[in-house]
Amino acid sequence: MSSVKEVDDRFKKFGTVSFTSITKTNDFIDYLEKGKVMGTRCKGCGLIFFPPRADCHQCLAGNMEWSEITGTGKLVTYSKLEFAPIGFQEDVPYCIALLDYGDYKVFGRIADDLSEQDIEVGMQMKTAVNTLPNGQLNYVFQKS
Amino acid sequence: MSKVAIIGVGQSAFVRSYPGSIRELAFEGFKEAMQDARLTTKDIDASVICSAPEYDKQRSPAGVFAEYMGLNPQPTFYVESLCSSSSMGVRLAYSLVKSGLHDVVAVIGFQKMSEISSSESQERMGRGADIQWESPFGTMMPAYYAMFARAHMEKYGTTLEDLALIRVKAATYGQLNDKAVYRKPVTFDMFSDPENRMSGPVASPLRVGDCCANADGSSCIIVAKEEKAKALCKKPVWIMGLGAATASVNLAGRDVFTGLAVAQKAGKQAYEMAGVAPKDIDVAEVHDCFTIAEMMAYEDLGFARPGEGKALVKDKATYKEGSIPVNVDGGLLSKGHPIGATGGSQIRTIVLQLRDEAGDIQVKDPQIGLVHNIGGVGLYGNVTILAR
Repeated sequence: MSSVKEVDDRFKKFGTVSFTSITKTNDFIDYLEKGKVMGTRCKGCGLIFFPPRADCHQCLAGNMEWSEITGTGKLVTYSKLEFAPIGFQEDVPYCIALLDYGDYKVFGRIADDLSEQDIEVGMQMKTAVNTLPNGQLNYVFQKS
Repeated sequence: MSKVAIIGVGQSAFVRSYPGSIRELAFEGFKEAMQDARLTTKDIDASVICSAPEYDKQRSPAGVFAEYMGLNPQPTFYVESLCSSSSMGVRLAYSLVKSGLHDVVAVIGFQKMSEISSSESQERMGRGADIQWESPFGTMMPAYYAMFARAHMEKYGTTLEDLALIRVKAATYGQLNDKAVYRKPVTFDMFSDPENRMSGPVASPLRVGDCCANADGSSCIIVAKEEKAKALCKKPVWIMGLGAATASVNLAGRDVFTGLAVAQKAGKQAYEMAGVAPKDIDVAEVHDCFTIAEMMAYEDLGFARPGEGKALVKDKATYKEGSIPVNVDGGLLSKGHPIGATGGSQIRTIVLQLRDEAGDIQVKDPQIGLVHNIGGVGLYGNVTILAR
């Protein structure tokens, strides 16, 4: 019998480089593995959170349920990076962006197969799970 | 109600790589402020040390600095709000003095960014954003501000040329500032020359010339209660208004992308507290970590209506002789941006202006000045209004 306690560090799989490994929202990774991008919804007051969180600051309840990001959001803005921080150099160039879904917004990357000429602020995009070349998981915005 | 004054200001030269340790770097700004105020260390009742600590090996620099500055056994405080740390330090000093707890407080800001490489620095700066949900995508400060630039361009038709004019203005004055890290001229044509470094891409739409320079530096602001200020100082500069605000770290939690909500809120608070309006400001320092940041500051602070900031720089209204001179010390773009030292340096510039001691960059007879200092991508916002 091992006395080592198992650590739930699933979140280290998120993104090219993850800076967090342990969070109460670790199930986010399991959903990514199933092809779903999820936010959380407070069962107490109904507030929807993206990014997902374990605690509701409105009613102070810790009673959340997962809620899938579906449909399309409007591209608010983006930037194409020609330089990258340490750990991300092999990804360059890539675009970070923000989608507005109305009740919430989603920050992420634009899919690599979309060239900059095809990107237009205001366009409708959808959020999809993506597996990175290093085996890590994130999500990207695709043309809807 | 008793007022609170600034009675001494100082800063080190802002340099690419400081040849000394962090306590020695901090001493340079401290020494200049102490000499400016003609004080001895016995006159200082407390110190406030300000920086973003992730650049340093030293844990808890405040205690180390207090000893090195000769400020034992007085208490010391450590304040961190990224790039607005030393404005936040002055806000703390104001409340310490106003409460009657201390009479004279030294606010020392510093940053030695050269301890780590430029890409490591970008990575740490990126971690001033949301490390759980944003940083795994590979974020960095220029890209975040670039997202605001793109939104501003889309909504208001702002152009890269408008932004380049802000860099040209900064360099005009950076050349006159012997404390600036970047003292070379920048011309408008450099931005359209693909061979020129200024036009090189960083994070679209921002280019190399749109970004400020990393630097090592320190600053010091000495804050005192009214009676002490009048007894100790011939030209006290009064703290008339203070504003401070926070916003969601993740951009997904923001509503505005053509300006910074924290600057709008902090500005409103500071104007109300001082009982003045934007038109009353005679000289200003704004947080131009990127050209777009200065453009948004014009609008967030009410110097121009939303979307009309570009006219201010086109018409040279923000030059030294204009109606609202902004960053006539070179700004962060040319003077450099040593995170924890920046707010104190901005405040120093405005204090010297209000004392008519700004030399080559002196604005004519200013009565009221404003400092706008932002931490992160509008995560923290501080606005300080000063008067002679």
